[in-house]
Amino acid sequence: MAHDVMTRVPASAPADVGARSPRRRKGRHWTAWAFLAPVVVYLVAFYAYPLYRNLDLSLRHYTVRSFVQGDAPFSGLDNYRTVFADPTFGPALLHTLVFTFVSIAFQFAIGLALAVFFAQNFRLSATLRALFLVPWLLPLIVSASTWTWMLNSDSGIVNTALELIHVDPVNWLTSPDWALTSVIIANIWIGIPFNLVVLYSGLQAIPADVYEAAAIDGATGWQRFWRITFPLLRPVSAITLLLGLVYTLKVFDIIWIMTKGGPADASTTFATWSYRLSFGNLLPEFGPGAAVGNLLIIMALFFGLLYIRFQRRQA
Amino acid sequence: MTTLRLRVAAAFAITACLVAGCSSSSDSGDTGGEAGGTYTIWDPYPQFDGSSDWVKLLTRCGTDAGVTVERTGYDTTDLTSKALLAAQQGNSPDVLIVDNPVVSTLADAGVLTTTDELKVDTSAIEPNLLAAGQIGGEAYGIPIGANTLALYYNKAVLDKAGVDPAAIKDWAALTAALEKVKASGKKGITFSAIGTEEGSFQFLPWFWGSGANLTQLDSAQGIAALELWNGWVKSGYAPNSVLNNTQTTSWQEFATGDFAFSENGTWQLANAKKTGFEYGIIPIPSQAGGTAPAPTGGEFVTAPVQAETGRYAVTEKLIGCLTSADNAYTTDTTLSYIAATEAVQQKQVAANEELKVWVDAVKAAKGRTSDDLGTKYPKISQPMWTAFQTALSGSASPADALKTAQTTAAAATK
Repeated sequence: MAHDVMTRVPASAPADVGARSPRRRKGRHWTAWAFLAPVVVYLVAFYAYPLYRNLDLSLRHYTVRSFVQGDAPFSGLDNYRTVFADPTFGPALLHTLVFTFVSIAFQFAIGLALAVFFAQNFRLSATLRALFLVPWLLPLIVSASTWTWMLNSDSGIVNTALELIHVDPVNWLTSPDWALTSVIIANIWIGIPFNLVVLYSGLQAIPADVYEAAAIDGATGWQRFWRITFPLLRPVSAITLLLGLVYTLKVFDIIWIMTKGGPADASTTFATWSYRLSFGNLLPEFGPGAAVGNLLIIMALFFGLLYIRFQRRQA
Repeated sequence: MTTLRLRVAAAFAITACLVAGCSSSSDSGDTGGEAGGTYTIWDPYPQFDGSSDWVKLLTRCGTDAGVTVERTGYDTTDLTSKALLAAQQGNSPDVLIVDNPVVSTLADAGVLTTTDELKVDTSAIEPNLLAAGQIGGEAYGIPIGANTLALYYNKAVLDKAGVDPAAIKDWAALTAALEKVKASGKKGITFSAIGTEEGSFQFLPWFWGSGANLTQLDSAQGIAALELWNGWVKSGYAPNSVLNNTQTTSWQEFATGDFAFSENGTWQLANAKKTGFEYGIIPIPSQAGGTAPAPTGGEFVTAPVQAETGRYAVTEKLIGCLTSADNAYTTDTTLSYIAATEAVQQKQVAANEELKVWVDAVKAAKGRTSDDLGTKYPKISQPMWTAFQTALSGSASPADALKTAQTTAAAATK
């Protein structure tokens, strides 16, 4: 998981050298660049170039032959037109949005409820909190495969349990009506710990005397949550939601392991569709695959900008 | 203003990184195989290490040809993209052993030499196996061996239901047998109808067994094949989980001992002995009776194009060594494959009577990319798997699902 890779480009050192001699200033200039070089090289090699390549892939007509010989003709927005006209586009967009927003809503609400609960510091709370981290610690292949077994139509434990309470079994992963719900449930379970941890640490930062003052004024628990906790947690909530959004938009492994985006396209999102186009077939379609990937980046960027606007308004 | 721009850049970098998974681009590694006397071989058998018969054979073939062999085993799903990237960078291996439906893709990319150019003798190879690597009359590799699909059955389950497996010669008899099995309280058949190439591989024996052709998915025969599968799932002869089964998970279901039949491959023979119940194997029946053509699995030995054509002479020797009768026997036994030549097949059956049914199945089998379909096959296969997923999950009737599939496939292969 890549939640913790938030690195900011360090702002270059202020150049207020004023009365220093020009030669000296020039020397400093080079030193500054030398210090900047590692991060610039890193950004170019691992961010800018792959992005450029992906953009380039999506604007050319690639076949396996032209991929090898590197002479793919420039085709403008043809790949994007192909993608928009594909019958998978509509359902995939809808599934991506439903998957992302439903997952986030539940992850955040449950994560926040648990964070407030554990903030009370009762006996064993640390142990219980640690247990809630388990989904986060498990490799995705393990948790997704376990969910697949649990939700198996014929031999899964979930259907066995339903049978015990006389409810008809559900074809969790193989019915077009349920497949998306199943992967969302699994994703919510996996995402709760992240929300819990970040919001819990945010709660620690709220000074206790505010609560004391509120208690003296006779605020109820409910009022304390809505009038103190929630507003003071807003900056932390915002970053949690942003990271959650970006991370959930691109969720691929859980869906691929559990349903392969199926049955038919019933649980296909942009992430699994992009993979299927580029690698899920004997004959790769790199162009349209890259185009779908770029649409995902644009969606993520949109939420990133929304966050920045929100942050500026706060400041 | 600068800070805002910086922030936008940072946000862009962060989101892009999170979305793209911070993956780096292709590695431009050293140009292996350029050193004099060293020949590189890539294969999709990473399970074999230096002490295995397979790697020892590669080393010996190299020694016989007077060169050093440098072998790398890749995961089979990785090998196609690895081979394409290597060709792009101009450092292809000298010998590439690759899954048969990939041969036409690589040949189409201009990555492979023809067997004529390399002067490799293909006359002894069974024509139906060689066809998977033939495009426009040219062969682009030699099958190292083949595997295919048949029906494994659980003897105890069939006895209890009063079914004689030897009498199952057509679809009607098979469906009747499944009905009896269900009536006796056991489960009928398990297969893999997953929405990937694996599902198409499993559907093809039934599709071809009805007499349908891949160029017309929605023919009456094609619809009959899908209706057969659909009927089994709807009547409860096959579990609903087939929609999500890989061939491995479908085998696991069979291994529980509850199922009468499992559509599975030659490669499960070793596991069949571990199930702890008595099993047997029958060929997949066709609709009208007789053995249905199942798709061939197994790899081809190919020679990627080299800048130095002088290397081909040694490459030819290496390939000749790997596919020679004696060595093919060893290799196919190690891989649990059926040989690609009649002579070696007879030797295999003489050594192990159990392989007879598989040899027959391989003789009846057909390459997915045969009939000059080549790179059109993947564009047909995907609509086909979407069709059986749609029908089996109840979203559309078999006829409608295949009609949509045919429209998609026709547009894609135009």
